[in-house]
Amino acid sequence: MHGWTGKILRIDLSTGKITTEALKTDLARDYIGARGLGTKYMYDEVDPTVDPLSPANKLIFASGPMTGTFAPSAGRYDVVTKGPLTGTIAASNSGGAWGPELKYAGYDMLILEGRSPKPVYLWIQDDKVEIRNAAHLWGKDVPETTEALNAETANDAKIACIGPAGENLSFIASIMNDMQRAAGRTGVGAVMGSKNLKAVVVRGTGAVTVADKTAFLAAVSKASTMIKEHPVGGTGLRLYGTNVLVNILNSVGGLPTGNFQDGHFETADKVGGETLAANQLQRPKGCFSCIISCGRATKVNHPKYKGEGEGPEYETAWGFGPDCRIDNLDAVIKANYYCNEYGLDTISMGSTVACAMELFDRGIITLDDTEGLELTFGNADAMVEAVRLAGVGQGFGKKLALGSYRLASLYGHPELSMTVKKQEMPAYDPRAVQGIGLNYATNNRGGCHVRGYTISPEVLGVPVKVDKDSIDGKAELVALFQNLTAALDSSGSCLFATFGIGAPEFAELMTALTGFAYTGDSFIEAGERIWNLERLWNLKAGLTAADDTLPPRLLSEPIVTGPSKGAVSRLPEMLPLYYGVRGWDANGVPTPEKLSALALA
Amino acid sequence: MSMMLMIHPDKCTGCRNCELACSMEHEGDFRPKASRIHVYTWEREGFSVPMMCQQCKDAACTTVCMPKAMHRNPANGQVELDQSKCIGCKMCVQACPFGCASWDFLGSQILKCDTCGGDPACATICPTHALEWVEDTVSAQARKRSFATKLKNAFAEV
Repeated sequence: MHGWTGKILRIDLSTGKITTEALKTDLARDYIGARGLGTKYMYDEVDPTVDPLSPANKLIFASGPMTGTFAPSAGRYDVVTKGPLTGTIAASNSGGAWGPELKYAGYDMLILEGRSPKPVYLWIQDDKVEIRNAAHLWGKDVPETTEALNAETANDAKIACIGPAGENLSFIASIMNDMQRAAGRTGVGAVMGSKNLKAVVVRGTGAVTVADKTAFLAAVSKASTMIKEHPVGGTGLRLYGTNVLVNILNSVGGLPTGNFQDGHFETADKVGGETLAANQLQRPKGCFSCIISCGRATKVNHPKYKGEGEGPEYETAWGFGPDCRIDNLDAVIKANYYCNEYGLDTISMGSTVACAMELFDRGIITLDDTEGLELTFGNADAMVEAVRLAGVGQGFGKKLALGSYRLASLYGHPELSMTVKKQEMPAYDPRAVQGIGLNYATNNRGGCHVRGYTISPEVLGVPVKVDKDSIDGKAELVALFQNLTAALDSSGSCLFATFGIGAPEFAELMTALTGFAYTGDSFIEAGERIWNLERLWNLKAGLTAADDTLPPRLLSEPIVTGPSKGAVSRLPEMLPLYYGVRGWDANGVPTPEKLSALALA
Repeated sequence: MSMMLMIHPDKCTGCRNCELACSMEHEGDFRPKASRIHVYTWEREGFSVPMMCQQCKDAACTTVCMPKAMHRNPANGQVELDQSKCIGCKMCVQACPFGCASWDFLGSQILKCDTCGGDPACATICPTHALEWVEDTVSAQARKRSFATKLKNAFAEV
């Protein structure tokens, strides 16, 4: 095979049995790789009603066919499992260089089963695979673990690991790779922790091969040029990172503020990408094969928040910033560092602190509950300490580590959790931007922006500008973006490649690389197949159309200030149209005709 | 006048596209372990440095090469490896103070930058111009000028 390595590594952590098997070629073609292929294997092998933290759940690390090549910004992998935060199928996507290294070691996917009786890590060197004792690493944070493992395996080995949050089975724990990159969402770190697996260390000496070199080099050259010439993909993201969005979203009144009580924050600029570039930014950083370099190597000198590392992304700056009514960028970055070090998802963590602040503000929780933490909106010191406590699992941090839905429910107020399917929504207010609300509500892993990023057309005007306040055509738009993203996620590409290229270019790359003929349409259709398979999994897991909704606040409480003052989400009008566009019945169940058309019947 | 590969670590993002381009150019597939250039990244600081053959004038690898497979080409100033003469003794690997000659056990060959015959693929693909293929004299002047600018700015503030 070309693109794919054609081999899967399977390890039963309960018994220590290590096997390899051939990748099923027809599945690879139809489900591409990474998110799609991992989901297909989960669907075929695991009961969707499984307890996510039980040995019966599986944890799949899956790269895509483009991972490890120089297709522009396409070095990613997905962690696919049943997510403990949401109860949905989870595919959490990460960059860095870990995914490519798995390919060079000879594997498209690593499937982990069972539960190790004691803490272990995996040491994979091409064909040589060892399960090693990790007792000495348990309790260590992510940078410490990474450095210790590089020292005892190989300097150039790539490491994916959990921090204390994953060990403590936090529902918002991430898996970190290359020290700074996160498979953050849906609580995949807790699944790894539940398996007593501290880290997966990989070193590969092999190759990823190409079916048609001449065509592939031409397709890469074309795609790279298109991205480099794009104002966002070529310039904006390198200069200011994703955090350039703080001021953009605030300017349209779509920056959720104070746990989504408002959509505009007066001093937002103080935590924006421009301020970051002028102060804490050391240099832009790129994941493997990236030509965009949106990553931010940063350093904070403020004695109270001192540190260095990577971040913040926009959604992180928003979560610890405006959503907590905080405009101290040093504090925001420190919270980000803690998340990277302890292995927490920054979006869920930020929104959970914001939720706790609203609970505190309303007197629903008191200093007794927070064990002395003064969680008022705007209190930067309390926010940073809250994140630290959640990371190490101490004091009130134990409750914060549950995520906002379980936290707010403990005190009888789930409606104050700004979540969809129990996962925290990111930094775009569905009242100010109608399409993104429909995407949140229908997203297969709950509150998530990256799987249907309609902010591109609705706010940035990419590839074309659409009216963010209108609901016309939004059902079609959301479905199209969800399908395209499902396919490109599965290829190993970064979403940001779409700031330059689209389905026809992805199809050219995939055809030249793999030798299977893809067209723009068939590429998107693969995405639609993946989307529907994820939906089928969720329905079998017990989710229903009732879960395709937004927190009541967004449907009934208008934005108070700023350019989008007075707006609410018109989700109830859009949802039936979306089901129709999807070929689903009124209950959001894919019809037999649709499943048959997608070869899912 | 000859050409040289200029490294600007301050511009390097650690993406390793150079490794991939090198591997594709020489091996026809993507195998970073067979690349002649490698990028080292310090993840805590987010700092990366690309490393490849410096084409030394007084090159240790040529001195120790018994069959004279590794030799300096006076016409272009590059240190070149004649694979037909190489006996695989790996003395060049031992001798290079930069670690920029290595042994590829899969391909049974010495890996050393050959500047792709005067058009290095790594510099072509580098998205941030952290690697530049420049005339050796001009390159030095450009670096000098950039530091001179910093000095000028420093003095202007006094």
